[in-house]
Parts: sequence; structure tokens; C-alpha cells
Amino acid sequence: MMPDLGKYAFAVLSSYGVALGLIGVLVALSVARSRKVRAELAKIEERVQRNG
Amino acid sequence: MSIWEYANPVKFIRTTDLVLPWVAAGALICLVTGLVWGVFFTPDDYRQGSTVKIFYVHVPAAMMAINAWAMMLIASLIWIVRRHHVSALAARAAAPVGATFTVIALATGALWGQPMWGTWWAWDPRLTSFLVLFLFYLGYMALWSAIENDDTAADLTSILCLVGSVFAILSRYAVLFWNQGLHQGASLSMDAEENVADVFWYPALVCIAGFVLLFVALVFLRTQTEIRARRARALLAREGRA
Repeated sequence: MMPDLGKYAFAVLSSYGVALGLIGVLVALSVARSRKVRAELAKIEERVQRNG
Repeated sequence: MSIWEYANPVKFIRTTDLVLPWVAAGALICLVTGLVWGVFFTPDDYRQGSTVKIFYVHVPAAMMAINAWAMMLIASLIWIVRRHHVSALAARAAAPVGATFTVIALATGALWGQPMWGTWWAWDPRLTSFLVLFLFYLGYMALWSAIENDDTAADLTSILCLVGSVFAILSRYAVLFWNQGLHQGASLSMDAEENVADVFWYPALVCIAGFVLLFVALVFLRTQTEIRARRARALLAREGRA
């Protein structure tokens, strides 16, 4: 299944590792911050509404 | 209906909420298809051997590193001219995405360069202008974080974005301006004679579509986050004054 990358296996595999790893971290951080900020805003809006 | 309707934060969030899952799904499908096609179903290059497979992550990342800055430039100009907060926040949201693509382009370029050129790095015009572009991304993000007032931060970062655009253009055209250095000219061209062979071109196109859609999805999500964070700051400030 895996193509024969020969003597360039390290270069090819580490390129994909770096690229997909960084994209994965970026997506995870973006989603986590989105959820956190959304929850914080909901809490603040609720408090503001309660206090008039 | 005008495009400026989307300058309304509520309208922007409502519309992007509808579009975001589709764009994200498109990005995932294109990336998986393009990368699997490129890695498993394309031949080695007769000169570069299997390192040609790095092409499918390196070229789209490098393209998007420059295009992300171009998008930030347009958003910054809209902020300067029309003072729409969503455009300034969209520019802010795009910066970490562009910076990540720049790091991917630099890192995969080094990993590709070592076996092909015999060195991880050279002070070649294109490599150097990409490194400077990355430093501009860092400076841009640092400037946003350093200034408390959102409008002042948007003003100053917009100016920085205009200045950095020189390096974004240099990153794209450095190999044409200076006919020296290790980096080759453009790999992709509308001219069939200059373009890479079709067997590499088609999977690369799918990967580029995947990177573009990923960028759009991340910018939508992060802009929504910036809009909500700005509203939270405004409410907290109002509470503090009361």
C-alpha cells in the first residue's frame, strides 16, 4: 500500500508530518478558542440581562 | 443586496454559520482526496525521485501564505476606507492561519531542499522573502495583542499590513526579479508548456482547492470568535462603567 519512497522517505514523511501536524494544531486551537469565547460571551450576556 | 450587509456582525455570523460546515467538509474531502492521490497514485519524478510528493503540501501552503496576506490587505483597506469592524477582525483572524501556512511552506521547503540542493537553507531571494513575510505575520499578531483599544490596534495593524504587502509580493515574484538563487521559478502556470506534467498537476489542483477551503473555513470560524470576543470586551467595559 505504502509507495516505495526509497532514500527520500525521511524528507517526504516528515514533510507530511509537519504539514498535517501544524494544520491539526491550528484547527484544534481555533475550535477550542471558539467554544471558550462563545461560552464566556453567553455567561456575560446572561449576567448583563439579569442585572438589567 | 449588497456585500456590505455582511459588515453587520450579526448577519456575518448568521451567514457563516450556515456556510461553514459545507466549506469545512469540502476542505476535508479535497485535502484527503488530493493528498492520497498525490502520495499513492502518482509516479516519482525522473530527476527528483519521490521527493516530488512534497509538492502537494509545499506549493499549496506557499500559495496560501501569500494569498492570506493579500486577503488581510484587502480587509485592512476596507477597514481604513469604510471602518467596518468585521473586516478588521477578519484580517486579525486570518493572520495565524497565514503564519501557519508560511511555516509549513518554509519547513517543507527545507525538508525538500536538503536532498535536492544539499542544504536545508540558503539566503535565496524567495526563501529570504518568505522568512521576512513570516516575521511580518508575527509582528502583525504581536501588534494586535499589544494594543488594548481595538480601533487603534486595527488602524496600526492595517498600516503594518500595507507595508508587509511589499514582502508578500516579493515572495511571489522574487525569482523573477533576481535571476539567482536555488529556488526554481513558478511550478504552476496557465501555460501548458511551462506547467508541471498533468499527472502531477491534477492532484495538486485538488490539494490547492483543499487549502483554499481550509483557509476560508478557518477564517470564518476565527472571525466569528473575534466578533464574539469584541462584544464580550464591550459588555465587560459597560459593566465596569455602570
